[in-house]
Amino acid sequence: MKRRDFLRNSALASGALLIPSFLKPLEAMAMGDMSGYKNLVIIQLSGGNDGLNTIVPYGNDIYYQKRKTIAIQQPDIIKLTDVQGLNPNLSALKEIYDQGWMSIINSVGYPNPDRSHFRSMDIWQTGSDANQFLTTGWIGRYLDSNCNTCTDPYAAIEVDDTLSLAMKGVKMKGIAVENPAKLYQATRDPFFKQLVHQHDSTHLSEDNLGYLYKTMIETYSSADYIQQTSKTYSTTALYPQTAFANQLKSVAKFINSGLKTRVYYVSLSGFDTHTGQQNQQGRQLKIYGDAVAAFIKDLKQANKLDDTLVMAFSEFGRRVEQNASNGTDHGTANNVMIFGGKLKKQGVYNNAPNLSQLDNGDMKYEVDFRDVYATLLDKWLNVNNSQILNKSFSGLNFV
Amino acid sequence: MISSIKYIRHLYARAGFGIRFEELKQAENLSVKQAVAGLFKASETIIPADIIAGNISYKDFLQANEGTKKMFLQEQRQQEKALNIDWINKMSTSDAQLREKMTLFWHNHFACRTQNAWYAQQLNNIQRNNAVGNFKTLLLEVSKAPAMLQFLNNQQNQKNHPNENFARELMELFTIGRGNYTEQDVKESARAFTGWGFNKQGSFVARPALHDTGQKTFLGNTGNFGGEDIINILLAKKETARFICTKLYKYFVNETPDALHINAMAEVFYSNNYELKPLLEFVFTADWFYAEKNTGNLIKAPVEFIVGLNRQFYITYQNPDVVLQFERALGQVLFYPPNVAGWPGGRNWIDSSSLMYRIKIPSTVLNGGVIDFSGKVDPEDEAFIATTRKQKEAVTTKVQAQADWDKFLNSIPGGTGKTTIAQTILATSISSNITEIINKTTDTKTLVIELVSTPEYQLC
Repeated sequence: MKRRDFLRNSALASGALLIPSFLKPLEAMAMGDMSGYKNLVIIQLSGGNDGLNTIVPYGNDIYYQKRKTIAIQQPDIIKLTDVQGLNPNLSALKEIYDQGWMSIINSVGYPNPDRSHFRSMDIWQTGSDANQFLTTGWIGRYLDSNCNTCTDPYAAIEVDDTLSLAMKGVKMKGIAVENPAKLYQATRDPFFKQLVHQHDSTHLSEDNLGYLYKTMIETYSSADYIQQTSKTYSTTALYPQTAFANQLKSVAKFINSGLKTRVYYVSLSGFDTHTGQQNQQGRQLKIYGDAVAAFIKDLKQANKLDDTLVMAFSEFGRRVEQNASNGTDHGTANNVMIFGGKLKKQGVYNNAPNLSQLDNGDMKYEVDFRDVYATLLDKWLNVNNSQILNKSFSGLNFV
Repeated sequence: MISSIKYIRHLYARAGFGIRFEELKQAENLSVKQAVAGLFKASETIIPADIIAGNISYKDFLQANEGTKKMFLQEQRQQEKALNIDWINKMSTSDAQLREKMTLFWHNHFACRTQNAWYAQQLNNIQRNNAVGNFKTLLLEVSKAPAMLQFLNNQQNQKNHPNENFARELMELFTIGRGNYTEQDVKESARAFTGWGFNKQGSFVARPALHDTGQKTFLGNTGNFGGEDIINILLAKKETARFICTKLYKYFVNETPDALHINAMAEVFYSNNYELKPLLEFVFTADWFYAEKNTGNLIKAPVEFIVGLNRQFYITYQNPDVVLQFERALGQVLFYPPNVAGWPGGRNWIDSSSLMYRIKIPSTVLNGGVIDFSGKVDPEDEAFIATTRKQKEAVTTKVQAQADWDKFLNSIPGGTGKTTIAQTILATSISSNITEIINKTTDTKTLVIELVSTPEYQLC
């Protein structure tokens, strides 16, 4: 059945069910030529990933002096430049790097860094200053900015059970979808359907009840749209058998099936390595690297890599010097990894971290994380960054 | 005062966690004034949280070996969970509704995180003891609580190395609010709090050796100020009364502040030396409190939603982890506010997934995940209904929650109409969707399960 026919026959389009006026008729969405439709994929590494043991500054003696037992030894490192190389658990990313699909931005952070996980994650997710408390996320504010492609919740999808603050705006919020079939099934409860279809006009007023009904109806229609669209595509690419890889596989399925979503959000936790770091971080990096490599290749094969940009970040890096338990404690600046088929600056973007000029044992940031966001907003999502970030950032040149 | 069932219901929805049928029976003939007095009376008894028996020292932990550390962390998680569930139970069963509701307000106002459950319990009890008491006493005790001293780094605030974190939040979030002080005021007041800390036993200590005894100039006053002086200066400013009243107005009345009503509240608060009881009495007996636009329009916080459900149906959980999962899924884990500014509330609680959880949770707890559907079943829905029936037992086993249906059903006076039941359970006016439910359902159990599974039930 052609998509248009499906829609004509589906319950949502039938006359018996009132489609509220604020819902864009699904038919209106041209599904034909989707090339040039740009996606942003955000990968959150939770717990504070140790950037120095991820992109290893092997050419800097200080690294080995400060990390007597947990430094990655030279023969094991996958060398990228004269100074920096990949942790061996990221070996799958070497090919991606060599193809020019990866860029590494060193020393990303913000002034007056906070070393608490939840606070620093808050700062990254809201794009705030260290002493500022925002109640909306930066992607949420992008959705609020009235871009013409983000009028529905599925403009931003988080592959998870719950929605992160990053995805919440004042007027608009993204949608959390761990499993499209399950979400679809849940919204088809006959009772739920009755609520969706029998509301009257007072339900759609500007007050809180109207907001609740509006959210419910949007969930109902988004669940349908995501399920019906994504099920038309079956993945042939091979992915590792991990939960994280599955999340990225879902994202690829969404992108490859032509879902009209601008931003995707996934996370991987387990990076808070205070003790016995090497094994613990190694495991997580392998899960991350293998999954990202499979994801990038899948997109390449489907001809979507040029339209996709991936950003991987963590809420902070770790201290330069290791602790007494073969681990590292909470630190500050960290690297951010960018992937995509159309990178302007491939490879390592800027200087390796400066390990000789530290601030009380911690690296000083050289790139504000909001300059990374500004680049994504200005050059990829085509919206003026000052509108989203509350002040203007000049941005970078990686894309 | 006009006596009206409608007013009593509204009062209980806001000053408590919703009215039970048994409570309605007792209060329906009271005047608003009498009902308010009743709420205060019921909140006179203070039952402190005492589930955490003692302090586990983090210092000992740092010196321990790996195995002991692991046990310590397990114990810590156990305690956090126990404290959380204990409070949920208190809110769900206690008669001191107003006290618990105000404790929840202060929990968010003085938002604080600590991994030490003993400190968290201490702070929670400070907030409970002073919930409807005096704001100054409360503020002073909170400022001296180890949880707060630790969270806002006053433990590290010492002469020559002032840490401004506490002083800044004291003004920005706890008292006068932004725009009423300068950066210099932050610096000066931080000096006044130097030395305030706590010892290993979890008691406040002043540590004179670390205190800066020099002159400080704060909000136009100069002197050798200590922490308490700063608090006094802040409370002498009417802005503080207005700031607290604005927050209370948003919590109890309407998310959109009304300057006239808030100013009136601030007058009462200020002239009563920051006593909370006269202020709350003023709000709960004001005509505007019962105005149409201030009724059924607040989005329940997740904890209010869970507690309201527990109270109404006398729910007990065999597996308390389920309650924690609800808190997590809905975005409000007690003792884990997102930051020192607390949970933003209102529409921030609602997104696609949290709303779906809210619609599904009541039937999950009350009926194995099934909302018995009394409407006309679409042929394509038959498959759905068949699967959920099959899953019902599995859900019941997993959730392990029991509602006391006998008690609930018996508490509804004989002859109570379906519309009256709906009006008691829902705070909103009866819409076409609700009328549909009322018209189609034939038994009370199905009726109430459907009612609590609506968007309307999210409001109070």
